[in-house]
Amino acid sequence: MTFQFTISPDFPPNRIAGWYIFNTWLQKASGLAVHLEMYPDFESQRRAIREDRVDMIYANPYDAAMLIREKGFVALTRPAEKVDEAVVVTRADAPYASVDDLKPGTRVAMTNDPAVNLLGMMMLEPVELDGSNIGVREVKSYAVAAKLLVQEKADVAFFLKEAFEKLTNLTREQLKVLVESQIEDLYHLFLVGPRLGEQREILRNLLVEMHTTPQGKDALDNLGFSRWEAVSESDAEFMMNLIEALK
Amino acid sequence: MEDMRPENIVGEYHEYTLTFYDGTTRKVLVTDIETPYPDGKLIVSSTDTQGVILHANQAFVDMSGYTREELIGQPHYILRHPDMPRAAFREMWRTIQAGKVWRGYIKNLRKDGGFYLVYATIMPNFKDGKIVGYTSVRRKPSRRKMEEALRQYAEIRKEEEK
Repeated sequence: MTFQFTISPDFPPNRIAGWYIFNTWLQKASGLAVHLEMYPDFESQRRAIREDRVDMIYANPYDAAMLIREKGFVALTRPAEKVDEAVVVTRADAPYASVDDLKPGTRVAMTNDPAVNLLGMMMLEPVELDGSNIGVREVKSYAVAAKLLVQEKADVAFFLKEAFEKLTNLTREQLKVLVESQIEDLYHLFLVGPRLGEQREILRNLLVEMHTTPQGKDALDNLGFSRWEAVSESDAEFMMNLIEALK
Repeated sequence: MEDMRPENIVGEYHEYTLTFYDGTTRKVLVTDIETPYPDGKLIVSSTDTQGVILHANQAFVDMSGYTREELIGQPHYILRHPDMPRAAFREMWRTIQAGKVWRGYIKNLRKDGGFYLVYATIMPNFKDGKIVGYTSVRRKPSRRKMEEALRQYAEIRKEEEK
């Protein structure tokens, strides 16, 4: 049987090769046949999840909550010391010094990354901006969000902090951060579905020990991770409650 | 629960005695100094079904002024400010014990006698269909809505003191 593995479409594009290297390592280490399927967007990935075509996933916190609660997935690990934060960004020469300067009617560029959008909206809430009084510009990528800001077609944009930091220097120089989240309790998770129930603990141990072998270490380097850290049921539960509270 | 101690208080303070739902009383020392809620942060804690703190994140520690060790094992009412009406917490408990999510504005008391203002979401945690505890997530409130809530709380407290 071939198991299907997929990753949250919000990964930085320069890590594509890294995920294929990881998948090769995973197959060798576990002896399982694993096919890596990359979905171009959240919608097509969610469709695959709904149709039970996914067995393993590296998921963002928002989708992880859905996978655990609705699809019987179990969280095994997270990348150590890596947390998900969002930033609200505007043009460098925009007349806003802080979120307090934003008014109803603000045009907000956002991708369809649900965790980032949740955090972004949370940071607009203190100035009473919400879905009813902002203009949403939905974009396909963070690069397009940056472009809309530079072209003055959006006033602010939500970015995954890591994605914002990966923009070219030239782009970043034209932008400024108005506010950034400092949650520290949200992170991507590696989860497995019900069909891998018996292999769960073996896979968790393989991942946690991955950095101790040269091949494993090399594959992790290609993802920008130092190592995987085991996640308990209560850790995952805590994160899901947090996401739920922000909805 | 221990009374607040003058040596921990920063600035001039007033003394109050609070009585909680379980009959416990606590002497609190209160100043007018606000610690502004920092942008982008979330205060997160979880409790058991009795409201005893089991988990507190770093933002909770920073904003409350207590160490994590001082918070864990204490009832959540360690943060109770005398400006908060008892009715607000009665309604909150009724809501979350019924398995529903409660959202509202709260003025919290710091260890140093000062206060901080939050918009809180408190939700029950379920296991096998039973409530096993609660998670509370606090974020920066809208200033206008917070002031409105504080005005209402002051009126309710006047009634409660009659």
